Amino acid sequence: MKWIKAILAVSLTLLVIYGLNRTYGVVPALGPFLSPYEGFWRSGADDHFESEELALDGLKAPVQVRFDSLRVPHIFAQNDHDLYYAQGYLTAKDRLWQMEFMTHAAAGRLSEIIGDRTLEMDRYQRRIGMVTAAKKSLAKMQADPQSRAVMEAYTAGVNAYIGQLSPHEYPFEYKLLHYKPEPWTTLKIALLLKMLAYDMTGYSDDLRMTNNLRKYGPEITQDLFPDYPFHEEPIVPLGSKPDFTPLPVPPTPADFMAAAASHTLERQKPENLGSNNWAVTGAKTANGYPLLASDPHLNLSLPSIWHVVQLHAPGINTYGVIIPGAPGVGIGFNERIAWGMTNVGADVLDWYQIKFKDEKRQQYWHDNQWKPVRRVVEKINVKGGKTILDTVLYTHHGPVAYLPHEKAFRAGSTPIGHALRWIAHDPQNELRTLILVNRAADYGQFRNALTTWAAPAFNFVYADSQNIAIVSNGQFPLKWPDQGKFLLDGSNPAHDWQGWIPMEQVPQVFNPKRGFVSSANQTPVSPQDYPYYLGASFAGYERSARINQRLSAMTQATPDSFRLMQTDNYSFVPQNVLPTMLKLVNQDSLSATQKKAYLLLASWDYRFNPDKIAPSLFENWWQTLARAIWSDDFPPETYKAPARDRLVQMIQQVPRSRWYDDVNTPQKETLPMLVNATFKEVADSLGVGGEQWLWGNARDSYIRHMAQLPGFEHQLFTGGSANSINALNGSHGPSWRMVVQMGPQIQAWGVYPGGQSGNPASRFYDNLLNDWQVGKLHPLLFLRSANDRKEQTNVVWVMNGKK
Amino acid sequence: MLFLLILLLSLVAQFFLPWWSLALVCFAVAFWKARYGGQAFLAGFGAIGLTWLGAALFWHVVTDGLLSHRVAAMLTVNSPWILLVVTVVIGGVVGGLSSLSGYLVRRLWA
Repeated sequence: MKWIKAILAVSLTLLVIYGLNRTYGVVPALGPFLSPYEGFWRSGADDHFESEELALDGLKAPVQVRFDSLRVPHIFAQNDHDLYYAQGYLTAKDRLWQMEFMTHAAAGRLSEIIGDRTLEMDRYQRRIGMVTAAKKSLAKMQADPQSRAVMEAYTAGVNAYIGQLSPHEYPFEYKLLHYKPEPWTTLKIALLLKMLAYDMTGYSDDLRMTNNLRKYGPEITQDLFPDYPFHEEPIVPLGSKPDFTPLPVPPTPADFMAAAASHTLERQKPENLGSNNWAVTGAKTANGYPLLASDPHLNLSLPSIWHVVQLHAPGINTYGVIIPGAPGVGIGFNERIAWGMTNVGADVLDWYQIKFKDEKRQQYWHDNQWKPVRRVVEKINVKGGKTILDTVLYTHHGPVAYLPHEKAFRAGSTPIGHALRWIAHDPQNELRTLILVNRAADYGQFRNALTTWAAPAFNFVYADSQNIAIVSNGQFPLKWPDQGKFLLDGSNPAHDWQGWIPMEQVPQVFNPKRGFVSSANQTPVSPQDYPYYLGASFAGYERSARINQRLSAMTQATPDSFRLMQTDNYSFVPQNVLPTMLKLVNQDSLSATQKKAYLLLASWDYRFNPDKIAPSLFENWWQTLARAIWSDDFPPETYKAPARDRLVQMIQQVPRSRWYDDVNTPQKETLPMLVNATFKEVADSLGVGGEQWLWGNARDSYIRHMAQLPGFEHQLFTGGSANSINALNGSHGPSWRMVVQMGPQIQAWGVYPGGQSGNPASRFYDNLLNDWQVGKLHPLLFLRSANDRKEQTNVVWVMNGKK
Repeated sequence: MLFLLILLLSLVAQFFLPWWSLALVCFAVAFWKARYGGQAFLAGFGAIGLTWLGAALFWHVVTDGLLSHRVAAMLTVNSPWILLVVTVVIGGVVGGLSSLSGYLVRRLWA
């Protein structure tokens, strides 16, 4: 009896401890997680943030780090090695979990820490060759001694931080998911750069466009999907002729239509992905020196996407933001120049239809011969001990990411898959660009620095105390017109990418007559002013039109003029279509509620302000109308509907079009019928109105935790729309707003939705969120030397090498 | 006595060792000192519960409950106070069970 009792008690105890010490899917290991001695309770408490001296292995000389009131580190080092070492250390201090999580996501390793749920995501990352691409890039970067030294110093700094952590000091998310940080590597830096390329360029509409082509033929497809939009304000002002001798463009091969494919559709290009940047010359400003603004729009998340830092060492003094885990400053300024980026969105990802010799898929047909397929086995470790092996087939184009859907092919037919040709697979040294831009003193040095920036291509805006410029810079394939608008023929060498647009011939504007430069992801340059094809689908012109309208009218500009512009909620979309839509509404047939909605819209000033109902009404109506027009002809699961620009043109200019008819109904719909029906539907859903219909609420915008942890999100109540300068759309929006005033003493302002710390228990996790929502900017403390304005930094760390 | 010994020794252990070290302390102390099963369980439960209550409450207060509110929402208990009760109960159960085990094992020789 005694024995039974003892055995029972001991086994029960062991079972409970074992049970509490492991995770169950998304349920954390409750023992270590809830224990207030090592678990989450103890993750907070960074209020006792004090000056101190640190002894760190590997530093060559003492480094001083001064923290300002926003807890931005200002690093003063005596050599480059120590500078990047300290940056690595301090970034890890703030964002270790985020850095590692992003690189795990990029490398297709999330299943290791999360489990089965992310297996398909990981498989996709492997299939598109992310790790292969990062390794190639790393080799290229390491071939440059300076880049190599920077990466190694930064990595050593991160690892110095990781090395001194005890488990109870691990960031919160490690405790939640019950794993440990692993050593940082230079490969992870390369992975982050590839992740950036993936975010900006890793999408395509090629398969859906091919489906359109198969369904409607070339004429209709060309009419609905023109290469240059109806409304446009390109980055390069119209009529600027190129001043270079262009390379011959490869000849356009005979028409090709890819076979029907039914694999998982590609990641579609979002119509409103974008950012803004602009600069004006001194002639337009109050103090006579240029002003520059930059606000990159990204999927907003916590911890913040950006980490703010000042880097000071002999030969460098720069301030700005960078993705945690990468060395240097990405968007920012130094003592002489300022710069910012927006995505170009050129077509640098294409799919090739591959014809395999047989079911063994060991050879594929290209240039009239069978060529060998290279196989790479990817190992995906899944939490819990399982390992999944996935074989990826590589052709000279790139990896065959999509194998044909089994059912689509009868036994014995030649198998087809789609190989990915993507700019991210071409190694270039993007890190060198950052290192050199951070140190550039004039436009010549800036341009030189950009020559190794391949992907993602950015519109780099530039200002110094005399000049402004913008360069749509990146490595662009030299394409025949429309190459890659549809799926390409992987067996025909004429369909291969056949060279590159020379870096000095990318679209660019330097000190234009109009006194300003700007970009908002629109078409970089009109085909009439440029010899090369860059792509056929860029962001709509509305944001750029509003920016240019305001900049043209601007005189005596101050930094505050730019701040107000960055939070401008006006949109050209309702300005262009709402009057036409309202005119088509039959007012006599409206109920009282509908009439009220009609009046709200008729008196609206086209500003997407958070405390107004009209923007919610319009947005709903416009989306519903667009769906009513296109979704029967172009079901979104397999087809791409024409762009907003094309729809606006049709509504304005073509009162009778076959596209208004719903092909699924026997009767013939017309535009007025659709306009009236959708208006009533939307107005009725509004009911009596109320708080939930205010745009700030109805838009349903959230900022979420990077791993989508429930309970960690904030709802955003703020204005703007996808096509306003204040481009908040869902969870996508301005991730860093910066304004820089040039001159002998450069001054800058900035804000981002979040804070410096990645620790959800810290006040500095989201301390700037409210200021960001209401459109406030903070002055950025740009110190000239380690002794400059000491009263503005209250905490100082001195890092010494260990002897 | 039993209660105090567990309280002090487990506190020291938990500052330096993984969370489950508390079970070893409870087991050993109860093995050495406990006189009844019920006493062993209650002392283990109470002492560990108290060390967990004290520490969790301390961190909750000094961090203004910033994180405990979020974690409570994440675990859908929606109140940091419920989270605190869950924490204390889980700590207490492990402490109580391991003390009881220590006592019952010792009794095999008695």
